[in-house]
Amino acid sequence: MTDRETGANTPDPTPDGGTDPTPDGDEDGGEPESATGAVIDALRENDLGLVITTLLLVYAGATLLTFTDGLNSVFGLMRTLTFLGLVYALSALALNLHWGYTGLFNIGVAGFMAVGVYTMGIVVRSPDPAFGPPGFGLPLPVGIIAGMAAAALIGLLAALPALRLKADYLAIVTLGLSEIIRLTLQSSAFDTFLRDTIGVGTGGGRGMGMPSNPVRELFLVDGRAGDPTAFGELVFGTVGEGGLGIANNIVVGWGYVLVLAVFLVGFYVLLERLGHSPFGRNLKAIREDELVADSLGKNVDLIKIKVFMIGCALMGLAGILWFGSQGNVSPTPQFMPLLTFYVFVAVIIGGSGSNTGSVIGGIVFAAVLFEGPRRAGSAVRGIIDAPTPQSFADAVVSLDPVAFLAFATDNVAPLQFIFLGLVLILIMHRRPDGLLGDRIETASAVDLSERSRGGDHDE
Amino acid sequence: MATTEPNLVDSIRARPGLTLVVAFGVLLLVDLVAKLAGISVGPLGGSLSTGRLGSNLWNGIVIGLVIGLAGIGLSMTYSILSFANFSHGDLVSTGAFTGWGIAFLIAAFGEQPIRALLSVRGAGNVSPGEIGAHVLSTPVAVLVGLVAAFVITAVVSLALDRTFYKPMRDRDGISLLIASIGVALVVRYVIQFVYGSSRRGVTATVDASNLVIPATGLSINAHQLTILVAAIGLMLAMHFMLQHTKLGTAMRAMADNKDLALVTGIPAERVVTATWILGGGLAGASGYLYVLLRGTIQFDFGWLLLLLMFAAVILGGIGSVYGAIAGGLVIGVVFTTSTIWIPSDFNEAAVFAVMIAVLLVRPEGIFGGVSTA
Amino acid sequence: MSSDTPDTSDLPEDTDVADDEPEANDSAVEEAAKRVPSGVPLRVEGLVKQFGGVTAVDGASFEVERGSLTGLIGPNGAGKSTTFNCITGVHEATAGNIYFKNEDITGMEPYQIAQKGLVRTFQIARELGGMSVLENLMLAPKNQIGESAIRSVTPGLRGGVIEEEAEIRERAWETLEFFEIEHLATENAENLSGGQRKLLEMARALMTDPEMVLLDEPLAGVNPTLEEKLLDRIHRLREDDYTFLLVEHDMNVIMNNCEHVIVMHQGNVLAEGTGEEIRNDERVIEAYLGEDV
Repeated sequence: MTDRETGANTPDPTPDGGTDPTPDGDEDGGEPESATGAVIDALRENDLGLVITTLLLVYAGATLLTFTDGLNSVFGLMRTLTFLGLVYALSALALNLHWGYTGLFNIGVAGFMAVGVYTMGIVVRSPDPAFGPPGFGLPLPVGIIAGMAAAALIGLLAALPALRLKADYLAIVTLGLSEIIRLTLQSSAFDTFLRDTIGVGTGGGRGMGMPSNPVRELFLVDGRAGDPTAFGELVFGTVGEGGLGIANNIVVGWGYVLVLAVFLVGFYVLLERLGHSPFGRNLKAIREDELVADSLGKNVDLIKIKVFMIGCALMGLAGILWFGSQGNVSPTPQFMPLLTFYVFVAVIIGGSGSNTGSVIGGIVFAAVLFEGPRRAGSAVRGIIDAPTPQSFADAVVSLDPVAFLAFATDNVAPLQFIFLGLVLILIMHRRPDGLLGDRIETASAVDLSERSRGGDHDE
Repeated sequence: MATTEPNLVDSIRARPGLTLVVAFGVLLLVDLVAKLAGISVGPLGGSLSTGRLGSNLWNGIVIGLVIGLAGIGLSMTYSILSFANFSHGDLVSTGAFTGWGIAFLIAAFGEQPIRALLSVRGAGNVSPGEIGAHVLSTPVAVLVGLVAAFVITAVVSLALDRTFYKPMRDRDGISLLIASIGVALVVRYVIQFVYGSSRRGVTATVDASNLVIPATGLSINAHQLTILVAAIGLMLAMHFMLQHTKLGTAMRAMADNKDLALVTGIPAERVVTATWILGGGLAGASGYLYVLLRGTIQFDFGWLLLLLMFAAVILGGIGSVYGAIAGGLVIGVVFTTSTIWIPSDFNEAAVFAVMIAVLLVRPEGIFGGVSTA
Repeated sequence: MSSDTPDTSDLPEDTDVADDEPEANDSAVEEAAKRVPSGVPLRVEGLVKQFGGVTAVDGASFEVERGSLTGLIGPNGAGKSTTFNCITGVHEATAGNIYFKNEDITGMEPYQIAQKGLVRTFQIARELGGMSVLENLMLAPKNQIGESAIRSVTPGLRGGVIEEEAEIRERAWETLEFFEIEHLATENAENLSGGQRKLLEMARALMTDPEMVLLDEPLAGVNPTLEEKLLDRIHRLREDDYTFLLVEHDMNVIMNNCEHVIVMHQGNVLAEGTGEEIRNDERVIEAYLGEDV
């Protein structure tokens, strides 16, 4: 073993990695064969570095796309991409706990998010029906906790009977449940029923307005534009319109992004701790072989219920942080199953089972697959000087490639979904473990590569 | 020692979930009878005309046949290829768009621009009335469209298999399921890109197309009748194929026990090919018929039907072709008659609830566990 | 019926003591085992298991003595595996009772039975492939405080979890050394050879700190060198007061190693006794040995 390893290190470094077949290359202690390989390896060891590098690459791309339009465009796009990257990362982390760690194939994410954000809205909204669907008028933190609790409770309801189902049945049940949730929130009869019984409403298909964002109120008195608080004055004066010249609303947006980043760190630490513990070991064992875990004295059903509830609570929170900041929520199209698939793709890109992978998957998904194609499409459309054909058939009949390109770039949304589908298929074909899936995340609270030093002379 | 003779108390204790579901069903039935009789006892009863119940049931059967027809293919892929195919719903849409494109072409060739016809009114400004597709006025066009929907969707699904699924034939069901979500996105949005995203009318209206059955007041329209005949015809053909041809026997054997079938020398790839051709074709045909029934088309309607199809297949027991049909009928009837009890915007949720209940109480399906294929 | 009043006489006795005693005298341990009234940790009474209309086990009754290495043999289809699965809770018995340490464990879930100190291995090794050998072992210990999600994440409490993890890690290393597979510690279990997987399974079962281990054909598909090693370890553990019930196909292994042999045939216990007695039992020869020996 050691001979081969040292042997693999001594030959001259081949400039292009991959031609030198060293089977030990991916083992612990195996040295990279090329300069690029070394960079990638170094990045892999440093999770934070990997995340920051990904973000910087995204920013570089955004800058390239918008720098001609001025500072505000650059920072505006960066804010949008960071926001989306963070909310997808939050959702992916929560799903990764189910799917990556425990192997629970939950594709009802959209439903659990909807439960979280709607509960929060109902708890916090004013009881006065004059402002739309009435609520309980309680403080925001109460609403957030209630939203998480409600999502966890629905998760419990789903988990209790679904525990014994095969993975693909669980998938169909959770998808069905998320559709039931969406249709229920959509239903005006349900809205009326709630108003008649407990005096609150969902707003039915029109949805409901979200409580004002406390981050915005940090900068602006009562959230009104043009009425900054003392803190707002200070910030706007340095980086905002009074300083660097970034539009104030973009500055406020960045404020919220910072809050999301704090939550992301919280999610990450929480899930890393869960994963690197005997609890996480049990989850991993359930994913690998339930019967073994059972035969070793682990109460598999109880563990599954717990993890389902924790994951759903986090999905609820992710839903609140995401859609709760968007002004208005409505069941359709916000909580369609497509949302679940987006999150799934983010998890799969990063490699299920890896928390860092989920974060990177979320950022990459948001930038490259979600927002990127739209921006690129409109950028290309901007340089084409031709009218857009009315329909695909018209574009084909015109026999003009420029007209066709104009049509394609104007209808970039479906192309983006096609691209997304192809990426998903390609990943399943080529890299089913995801981009970072070959990382071994050890489920233990201590480093397993070394023995305890204390143990040697103690006993 | 306790007696092994089963009695009511024991079976209730053994299957509390099932008992609950049965009790709920009985309650609904009692309530239905009370409603028909116009009696109110506390929360039960009320009033309901036999005419409304009759038309609910009839509509349910027609929708159910379409869902069941689509479910056959889903059930076949599940049992023979061992994965839940999330792209099946979009094959349904594929059949509808391509089939109606052909039907339009035949119905109004030379009268309207071809691009408007083939794109199912995605291009140009042509109204359904100007095209005039209806089974009474243009029967040949409607029939050829059905055949085209079957054939084109069969070809598409085979092409999808060769491109996307074949390279991962030996993979586990979950990987294939995830890949099928990707395929579903590709198919659905290719349809949107080509045909546009608007919901639009398809069939024309024709005078005196309704047949009223005198005694009941039940009104049956010509398209519903067409669907009844076409769906039952396709199902019978499928039955004949499975029971009386060599290929059908091989398919049943594969569905029953894959390993055993492979050992006994069944040509696996040929069976897989046949599965995609038949399953895809039936999906396409059912999508075409669904549009005939509803009169409108939209790029994602098949995807929205997918969960209903899953519900039908699960209800009937996965892998059973007859189960899929029976499940489809149950789903269709639940879909239309549930509005007797609950607000109409909840009927889809009611169907999903039935599906979940069945999965939890009797995962092998209500008709399952008896026969396969 | 007598099980309603649990026999209290065996409760104070705990088996952990043998583990850390510097020089446990083998015969002394065996003597002690004989004196304790709970000399019979496992008792199966009239076990019946039917699958649909097929009766796989038909009224089997037997006992396993504490500290013994008891063998369970029988021709194919005799009901050994079904009996095994009923004892460990994988199958629910149609009728009959199973007692572990005088407690009726019939109908309990596998995890509950394992919690009580009755742990099994699998005929075809079920290693947790995506986990390292050490993780496989560290999974096993019962009632780890870090199995609580809250303790694992709460700042003040996680310190205790980490401390316990270090202890478990040390125990896991010791167990690996006992089975001489410590060089595989960080290897993913899916990369192990068939024999190594069998060792891993047994090591993992021991990590639960069991009183009794059910071994389902632990030697199947194991090369002779490894077989010898495994048997040696079983004998050494037995001296440490572990009880073993061994299901094995290989007659010679059972005859040469088990002091007590139970022969099953057609779902019932055909004969019981020492290897010598079994060898000379007419019925056994007729049912089983006649074919091979």
